[in-house]
Amino acid sequence: MQVNGEWRPTIVAFCCNWCSYAGADLSGTNRLNYPANVKIIRIPCSCRLNPLFILRAFQRGADGVILCGCHPGDCHYTTGNYYARRRMTLLFSMLDYLGIERERTRVEWVSAAEGAKFAATMNDFVATITKLGENRRLEDLRCKE
Amino acid sequence: MQRVKEKAIELLTSGAVDRVLGWRAGEFFYDLTPAVFTSAEEVEKDFVYSVFSGANLSKYLIAESRKGGKVAVFLKPCDSYSFVQLLKEHRIWRENVYAVGVQCGGMCDAEKLKEAGASGLTSVREDGETLIAETIYGEVCVEKDKALLGKCQVCKSKKIVCFDELIGEQGEEIPDNHRFDEVAKLEAMTAEERFAFWRGELSRCIRCNACRNVCPACSCEKCVFDNHDLGTDNKAAADSFEENMFHIIRAFHVASRCTDCGECSRVCPQHIPLHLLNRKFIKDINELYGEYQAGADFETKPPLMDFTKGDCEPSVVYERGGANA
Repeated sequence: MQVNGEWRPTIVAFCCNWCSYAGADLSGTNRLNYPANVKIIRIPCSCRLNPLFILRAFQRGADGVILCGCHPGDCHYTTGNYYARRRMTLLFSMLDYLGIERERTRVEWVSAAEGAKFAATMNDFVATITKLGENRRLEDLRCKE
Repeated sequence: MQRVKEKAIELLTSGAVDRVLGWRAGEFFYDLTPAVFTSAEEVEKDFVYSVFSGANLSKYLIAESRKGGKVAVFLKPCDSYSFVQLLKEHRIWRENVYAVGVQCGGMCDAEKLKEAGASGLTSVREDGETLIAETIYGEVCVEKDKALLGKCQVCKSKKIVCFDELIGEQGEEIPDNHRFDEVAKLEAMTAEERFAFWRGELSRCIRCNACRNVCPACSCEKCVFDNHDLGTDNKAAADSFEENMFHIIRAFHVASRCTDCGECSRVCPQHIPLHLLNRKFIKDINELYGEYQAGADFETKPPLMDFTKGDCEPSVVYERGGANA
């Protein structure tokens, strides 16, 4: 995404409804800053994240994808995030194996009380992706502007 | 080899089974395809079991076991793993299946035989570790090792996990099979090299869906890729993204259920080493969640349908090997 002639990464953050989405809310009410290029998508649980969603996000122009869920042990549905943890570990490892930069994907556990952690995580992730540059390896040229 | 055919005839004439799932020759004698036989005459005429019977028959049982009547099937050791995995997933109706385990000495690839100098094949017979190929130019001897299918060169097990009757000896697992060597070689490359390697391989994909259709683990009634809105149904509309996506998602969907039967790579008309994707998942699962072989037993849960509280975090990926760590 170009803003005033300067490239800014597009970040898609999948946030669990029960923890991280509320955490994002809290960081807002606390007036904590995090970059506006983070687009939050609310999902019912971190384990709702289908690997296709991540690839789709990259296809449609995301430069980084982050999944935020409840801390292991705190899942609203008891065990959802444990499954998500295994799936994402294997998926990220596979993306790395295919030569897609491993820094482009991340999982972070953020509880509803951790507004500050949410903001810090997003700031850090945006900084990492900005340094990494545009997503070239998983792009779909037909979806480019 | 002849005993397999005799067994098929015996089962049909005695009325023990109504149908037999086996192999018949396609356009060429070495081009064996799975087929269903309903009478001893048909078996006599068309049934072939030879060094080219590489096709895994277990997936066909999903449909065949539901048709009513009993169906006999011949399972080589690696096919028996797929059979058990499908039984575990309740896809095959066991009571309608009569499984005949067939010990296997490795299946051959006609293309490799041709590369080894045996073009114009008319027949092939085994003599110990040598294949004697009759060609239109005369007789050619090829070491069997050189002509083995890729999956058979790194055979993981000669054990037939589940059967009603056995032809040949029961075998053992082969722990020292080096099947992850190629994966390790790729892991040791830099991300750029890996990307270049996979782009080179996957860009040849013509989206024929052969890998999906042959895969025993890919047995969904409706596949996610059959969705027209997905934009992945044909090559004409596809670009590099879709080749990546199709293969990543396909490998992911069978992860922890893939028995590493190697059928995907065997049927790929473009010779894409698809087993390397599945083996990467198997290798990761073995390293991160403990050794697991899909289809080896009826009790254990596939690792992706299970968890422990002490599992590693996904960030482990940033720390593990690889040249760009």
